[in-house]
Amino acid sequence: MLPGSSDQRVEVTKLQELVYELKIDQVMTRQVITVRPDTTMRQLKEILRLNRISGAPVMQDGTMVGIISIEDLIKALEAGDIDGRVAERMAKQPQTIYADETIMQAVNTFGRYGYGRLPVIDRDGNLVGILTQGDIARGLLRRLEIDYHEEEIHRYRASHIFEDIASDQTGLILRYKVQPKDFVHCGEAASRLKRALERLGAKPSVVRRIAVASYEAETNLAIHATKGGDLIAEVQPERIRIVAVDTGPGIDDVEKALQPGFSTAPDWIRELGFGAGMGLSNIKACSDEMRLESKPGVGTRLEIIICI
Amino acid sequence: MKLAEIVDRLDLVVLSAADKLDTEVTGGYASDLLSCVMARARKGNVWVTLQSHLNIVAVASLLQLAGVIITEAMAPDAATLQKATAEGIPILTTSQTTFTVVGHLAQLGIAGSASQEMEAAPTR
Repeated sequence: MLPGSSDQRVEVTKLQELVYELKIDQVMTRQVITVRPDTTMRQLKEILRLNRISGAPVMQDGTMVGIISIEDLIKALEAGDIDGRVAERMAKQPQTIYADETIMQAVNTFGRYGYGRLPVIDRDGNLVGILTQGDIARGLLRRLEIDYHEEEIHRYRASHIFEDIASDQTGLILRYKVQPKDFVHCGEAASRLKRALERLGAKPSVVRRIAVASYEAETNLAIHATKGGDLIAEVQPERIRIVAVDTGPGIDDVEKALQPGFSTAPDWIRELGFGAGMGLSNIKACSDEMRLESKPGVGTRLEIIICI
Repeated sequence: MKLAEIVDRLDLVVLSAADKLDTEVTGGYASDLLSCVMARARKGNVWVTLQSHLNIVAVASLLQLAGVIITEAMAPDAATLQKATAEGIPILTTSQTTFTVVGHLAQLGIAGSASQEMEAAPTR
C-alpha cells in the first residue's frame, strides 16, 4: 500500500481494478492505418506524419505480414535508403495481443518487450485494432473520469451556481418549446431539463421525479395542444416549479382528466404507446404539488412543484 | 448480469450502441405504454416492448435504461436507430414474444423490483 491519504489509496485500488477489468477492445484504436510491403519508406514517412502515428502494421492480401515503426524509418534515413521498401525493413512476425484480453496483459507485454505498439487480433487471427501505451492511459483516464463524474457530479457542481450567485431569491428559468404532434422530438425538452439539473447537482432521485413529470407534461403538450406550448422550469435552491402552458383546445372536464386511465388521445397516438391516460397521475405521483387549470377554447396551465 | 450476456443467452440482434453492452442490468420491465414505463422502469433496467417508435429512445434515455428489447420482430426505423446510437441506447430485437422474452429473463435472474410495484402506483 502506498503512503498518502485514504483518497489516494482508493484511487490506486480503483486503477488496479480497472487494469484487470477493462478489455483491450475497449481502449484500442479501431481505425488501423496499415501499409503494404511494397510501400516505400518515403511514402511511409508521409503516412506516419499525416496520421500522427509512430508505426503501422504491414498488410498483404488481408494478412498481417509485419510491423514497421518510426525507428525503422530513422534507420533507413541513416542508411540513405529512403526509397527502399517497407518489406526490407519491417519486423516480421510481430508480437500481437488478443482483443478480449485485459489491459493488464497488455501492460505486461509492453513491459516485457518494450514495443511502442501492439497489433490487436481477434481469436480468428484478424487484425481488429492497434494498441499503444497512450491508448491504455487514455482508456483508464476516460473510465476513471466517468466513474468520478457519476460519483461527484451531484455534490460538487450544484453548490456553485446557487451559492456563488447571491440574491434574496435566486432562480434559473429554462424554457422549452414543444411543437404540436411532433413525436420525433418529443422528450427532448425533458431530456435537456434533466441534463441541466444533473449539471446543477440535483439528487438522482429528484432528477428522476422531475424527468418523469416533465416528460409527461411535454407529451401532453405534443399530443393535445393545438399549437403546441411552452414547458417552463424555474429552478430554485430548494424547489423546482415546472409550468406547461398552451393556448388550447382546453380540457372539458378537469376532474375526469385527472382520473388514471382516462384519455382523449386518438387511436393513432395510442398505437405509438402514448395516451394511456396515465400522464397526469404520473405527474401527481412525482410532484409535491400539482395544479391543473383549464378553460375550453382558451388553454391549459399545469403547474408542478417538486422540492429538491 | 451484464447486458452483453443477456444478448448472448437470448440470441438478440444488436441494432445500436453495440459498445454499450457492458452495463450491469439492474432488473427488467415490460410494457407497451410509455407512461407506465416512465412510472415504473428503473435506471439500469432492460425494457421489453413491442413499440419500435422513435420515442422509446427518449424514454430509455430519460430513465437511463440499460437497453430496449423489441419483440415479435418489430423493426425500428432508421430514425429510431440513429437517435439510439446518438444517445447510446442499445436497441435489441428478437422474433420471440414479450412473454417468452420475459420468461427467459426471469430464468436468468433478471427481476422486476418490489419498489416498482409500490412507487407511483396509480390510485384507483
